[in-house]
Amino acid sequence: MSSYSVTEPSSRQKWIAGCLVIAYALITIMPLLWIISTGFKTQNDAIAYPPEVFFEPTLEGYVNLFTTRTRQTEEFLQANPPATWYDEIVHERGMAIVGPSRFGERFLNSVIIGFGSTFLAVVLGTLAAYAFSRYRIPLKDDLLFFILSTRMMPPIAVAIPIFLMFRSLGLSDTHAGMILLYTGVNLSLSVWLLKGFIDEIPREYEEAALIDGYTRFQAFYKVVLPQAATGIASTAIFCLIFAWNEYAFAVLLTSGNAQTAPPFIPTIIGVTGQDWPAVAAGATIFLVPVMVFTILLRKHLLSGITFGAVRK
Amino acid sequence: MAEIVIQNLRKEFGSFTAVQSSSFKIEDGEFFMLLGPSGCGKTTTLRMIAGLELPTAGEIYINGEEVGQKPASKRDIAFVFQMFALYPHMNVRKNISYPLASQGMPRAQIREKVAEVAQILGIEAILDRPVGGLSGGDRQRVALGRAIVRNPACFLMDEPLGALDAEFREHMSHELRALHDRIGATTVYVTHDQLEAMQMGDKIVVMNHGVIEQFGTPQDIYDKPATMFVAEFIGSPHMNFLKFHGSLAAGATTVEMHHQTLGMPALREAFDGDMVYGVRPEHIRLSDSAGYRGEVVATEYLGTTQIVTLQTHNGEVKARIASDQVARVGESVGLDFDPATVTLFDNQSGRAIRSNLNAGVLSHG
Repeated sequence: MSSYSVTEPSSRQKWIAGCLVIAYALITIMPLLWIISTGFKTQNDAIAYPPEVFFEPTLEGYVNLFTTRTRQTEEFLQANPPATWYDEIVHERGMAIVGPSRFGERFLNSVIIGFGSTFLAVVLGTLAAYAFSRYRIPLKDDLLFFILSTRMMPPIAVAIPIFLMFRSLGLSDTHAGMILLYTGVNLSLSVWLLKGFIDEIPREYEEAALIDGYTRFQAFYKVVLPQAATGIASTAIFCLIFAWNEYAFAVLLTSGNAQTAPPFIPTIIGVTGQDWPAVAAGATIFLVPVMVFTILLRKHLLSGITFGAVRK
Repeated sequence: MAEIVIQNLRKEFGSFTAVQSSSFKIEDGEFFMLLGPSGCGKTTTLRMIAGLELPTAGEIYINGEEVGQKPASKRDIAFVFQMFALYPHMNVRKNISYPLASQGMPRAQIREKVAEVAQILGIEAILDRPVGGLSGGDRQRVALGRAIVRNPACFLMDEPLGALDAEFREHMSHELRALHDRIGATTVYVTHDQLEAMQMGDKIVVMNHGVIEQFGTPQDIYDKPATMFVAEFIGSPHMNFLKFHGSLAAGATTVEMHHQTLGMPALREAFDGDMVYGVRPEHIRLSDSAGYRGEVVATEYLGTTQIVTLQTHNGEVKARIASDQVARVGESVGLDFDPATVTLFDNQSGRAIRSNLNAGVLSHG
């Protein structure tokens, strides 16, 4: 009857497919494992050749990441015995902690700017996408194309005008400025992605709510939003990953006050020689929020990828 | 509970006119059908009554009050959608109680009302189930439950049976009509299925290209079509059209076709030009004595009846005759038309020519 048939893959095919998946997973995960393990090495182990696969783990990298230290004389160190486990690690290298590093601050900046801009991009994007999806808007297609066109060049191509604009508006090196910038860059992605998701939600749901006695906004809030949760979650992940990882604008526009973690982490290298374990520790900690966020929303992300492929 | 009057209603989408200028009246308690092919403007008309689209011009009165520009929530109507539009993130009970919650009704009262509606529809057992796993029929019942729970002035239904399979549709159409007879609320029902319209409706409006072709009871629309479109759209197989040219005076009771005299109801107006002699398949008898001849080209057996296709000098004709009558392909037979049921049409405009048969139902001049 039908000209094709769907058959269960043979065990041989499954075996080959499994090997390919594992090989791919290993290739992707290797750099990550390397970074994480380097964070627990001593400086010597980190640059050892051939590379150390088995080593005695230490938290030195993490301690160095979070503290600033100075080299001290033997007398001073003997006069001030270490009070805590991290003092002890520093002592063994002939140094003493003089204060916290700026990593915590930079990390917090990343959290504020990353999540703040993601929130704004998703909220504004959802409202705009809803309007584009449901209302008759004059020049709708042109507007949508215009919004998309902001994605047609790398954002950094407009770095100089943005730099000048930020300087004259007093937005340079402020949290508000960076949130605004990342929101602006993410907004086109967010509008387009969400429009696709909202287009897939039948209008009848809202119309039913309108007739059931709800206002347009209540219908949007109580009926459309729960349906769009998948789309909103996956859009939020994409926006957050961009804002979280962004490096070039952060280097250019921030320094003392609103600097995020990406431009800060490489500067750790210069503080006390080539401190690779501290850099690796910084990178590892930096990975955690995005990983947690993605894992939390993973279910939505997966259904987001296949969304629209099958007609329900 | 509600009488709905539509006056000169018009809707344009940009340069496209969906509804030209409709006027009709829906009596209180009527089961009213809006019938037509897809794209004819019937759904747009219904959505304007509901308040989901705003009319470009014209008025809509519900119980004497002009509601044309009012939001849907202020019109006291309930809408049943073709795809049911049950809120997918809520269970059956929440779906049905949703319209009551918007009115701020106390919880205990909502529970009571939902239970009452569930009992009417026989869905008590599924009240706490999510709507996702329900069968088409149960979804339809839940959608109806959501509509009747708040006792609206009228029900608006947009092809509510369109998503069900054929067997179940039959069953649900009986259930719907029975529900209507029990509740007695005015119902406006959109469908493209002429059988459904004839079977369920008290009155039918037939629309085409945004224009109302005819408005009347199912019997009038079937027996006395106002236009060739209606004659063709309603009935399966549709009315036969025998084309001829001639000149007829008012009062004429016969036409000349291929040297034969065929009867018809007395005309109320004179006509000169290209005409169409319209006769339903069941009003044709095959008889050897009849002068008007045709050649049998095909027969379809349908159980109690059969459809015989014949080639005549004025075009193809289908006759519905008893299945025990013998009709062989290739045979030449005489056709006997029942003169009292015939409608003449103006071939140019498609409108029916006034006669004793249809004078009472034709609204155009």
